[in-house]
Amino acid sequence: MAITATTDAIPAQRAPSRIRLLEDERWLAMALLFPTAVLLGLFIAYPFVQGVVLSLTDTRVGIDGNFVGLKNFAKIWNDSIFLTAVWNTVWYTAITTVFKLALGLWLALLLNRHFKGKAWIRAFILLPFIIPTVLSTFAWKWMFDPTFSVINWALFHLGFIKARINWLGDPDLAMFSIIVVNVWRAVPFFAISLLAGLQTISPELQEAAAIDGARPLQRFWYVTWPLLLPVTMVVVLFSVIQTFADFQLVYVMTGGGPANATHLFATYAYQIGIGTGLLSEGAAISLAMFPFLFLIVVVQLLYIRRVETR
Amino acid sequence: MARIRRRGMLKLAGGGAVAANVGGMAGILATGRAPAIAQTTTVHWLRWNDFVPASDQALRKDILPVAEKELGIKINMETINANELQPRITSAIQSGTGADLIMALNNYTYLYANSVVDLSAEAEELSNREGGLYPYARKITSDGKMFMGMPWAVIGGMVAYRKSWFDEVGATKFPATFDEYAQVGKKLKAKGHPIGQTLGHTFGDAPGFTYPLLWSFGGQETEADGKTVILNSKGTLESVKFMTSFWKDCCDEGGLAWDDTNNNRAFLSQTISATLNGASIYIESLRKPDQYQTDKGPLNKDILHGVLPAGPAGQYGFHLLQSHMLMKYSKNQAAARQFLKWIHTTSNYEKWFLTQKGFCTPCTANWEKHKLWDEDPVMAPYKVAAKLARAVGYEGPPTAKAAEVLSKYIITDMYAKAVQGMPAEDAVKWAEAECKKVYNG
Repeated sequence: MAITATTDAIPAQRAPSRIRLLEDERWLAMALLFPTAVLLGLFIAYPFVQGVVLSLTDTRVGIDGNFVGLKNFAKIWNDSIFLTAVWNTVWYTAITTVFKLALGLWLALLLNRHFKGKAWIRAFILLPFIIPTVLSTFAWKWMFDPTFSVINWALFHLGFIKARINWLGDPDLAMFSIIVVNVWRAVPFFAISLLAGLQTISPELQEAAAIDGARPLQRFWYVTWPLLLPVTMVVVLFSVIQTFADFQLVYVMTGGGPANATHLFATYAYQIGIGTGLLSEGAAISLAMFPFLFLIVVVQLLYIRRVETR
Repeated sequence: MARIRRRGMLKLAGGGAVAANVGGMAGILATGRAPAIAQTTTVHWLRWNDFVPASDQALRKDILPVAEKELGIKINMETINANELQPRITSAIQSGTGADLIMALNNYTYLYANSVVDLSAEAEELSNREGGLYPYARKITSDGKMFMGMPWAVIGGMVAYRKSWFDEVGATKFPATFDEYAQVGKKLKAKGHPIGQTLGHTFGDAPGFTYPLLWSFGGQETEADGKTVILNSKGTLESVKFMTSFWKDCCDEGGLAWDDTNNNRAFLSQTISATLNGASIYIESLRKPDQYQTDKGPLNKDILHGVLPAGPAGQYGFHLLQSHMLMKYSKNQAAARQFLKWIHTTSNYEKWFLTQKGFCTPCTANWEKHKLWDEDPVMAPYKVAAKLARAVGYEGPPTAKAAEVLSKYIITDMYAKAVQGMPAEDAVKWAEAECKKVYNG
């Protein structure tokens, strides 16, 4: 009886029109997306558009600029320090990404095995990624200190070196040092993300391949790697974007020196925009990253789509 | 004109009582302070974290409470890392809100000239009262039309050196010329006590050495017009050649990566024999005599300071000048001016100056005679820091363009490139080309 009464009551209390509107999937989707769209618009799209506008003017700190077209871009194109920063950024991103991927994958494969204390080790592995970058970079800075380097101390006492290594004073070694720190910091991100990908691969596939006589390397190459590829591409994509726009690490360790040997896009944009008050030129340097990143993102997304639709 | 009646007066008194929360006019009078409504003016003062922490403590605990009592305004002093000043200034100017008074280092004043108010009246009054502003302080804070900042102090850069080690190689007094300094340095390095000097991207000690080196060999950034770049000259080339051999023969070659703190640590841990620095090394060794010991006793007994030597074209220094800018967007300009006048009163400023123990040199001449300089002869060379100083951009004025050359480390990198192996001629050509891009851009 009660059930009958309830079902009878529904037509009498019609849902308000707003609720009925949300029963339409298109409206519901729009309503759910709205907060995200507002956040993205406010914190991503608006600053980006402002950056573009700024880069086309001659704005300085405290002085409203006039439209100057592409003059700022022409100026930075003739700036040897900017060109050094471009080369450094590309080199830094490429080398770190290769090492982060290789070491992260290796670590993920190891962590995917069963062993005692697995959960603890997985938690500890994430530490470099969890510690604030500035803090961990200061620790590295002391380790690479030209005078008090603990690395030099250890190498000296182990008999590997006779004179100290000038880690941050030599242009090539300074670049090597910041690469090491970047790789150290990001390997956990790669490892944990790839581990998540590895755990979605059914063990039955591995077992079937093993029964068919595939060796471990073959099982990895023909079974694991193709299935892991979409996750790998997304992780690499995120990493490339982050590394390309890296700032804190170089700012703390070298300030872009010695003699601009480690300047990246972001550190040089900061130096020009904030250090010399040339806001429009700083914006132009930041935006110069965009074509590089856009190209990388498009190529990678196309590749991911192709892999997924195979 | 409206008449104030007895009842109206009582109402006003009642209002004051509420505001002061102590009970009518009698309560306000009893406190001896202005009504609460008049105390709401707050001046936000943004400064660097002083290298002498006792000075910040003195300001907070002793000096500012007196200012608040005497002026009836609240002073909100905020201290931040020196490297964070520019981002804070930039965001404050662009958003039109922030601290009322902000500390400027070197020629930031020219970078933010459009966003500050003229402090000529206050600066000229100070100059007249205290024996005149040093030309260096005037040049940095005034463009001839207005004072963009109120000169506060000069942080002198002198060479801190180990007396006993210099004695050991026959240098019983600090070398007077760069050539002598190189000869002494060569012997010191041979004995395992190199000179420590940074050529890194760091705002204090690197340009503090490279600019005076350039000037003392006759090198100049621009003509007096501040536009024509004349860096590629015989003097500049000679200075770069000198630096290349000086670096190899005399210096700790790790200095290419040092920031402003590395040389302090290196000196205090006794791995270098001399370094250009503020007085912070000596002050630190005085503060912790037990921690810093040599085999002959406390380290502070073996430290002396020397003025950076002279080159063929003279003897110069580039010392960090601090001034305070009153921001155009500030709604408390009158109160901020009142506070500036108050803090620059000789007796008030002296309280702060004494806590510095010679780390800073005031910007006016009368302070050279202060008894503080006689108390510790080791600190005496710092008293002439502001007098010997020259502003960047020389022979031109220290404009925003000169600030750009400075913040891009073009002059410092010219020397850094040469010591890394680039031929001196190429390093000078590179630097001149970069300077031309700045000045002609």
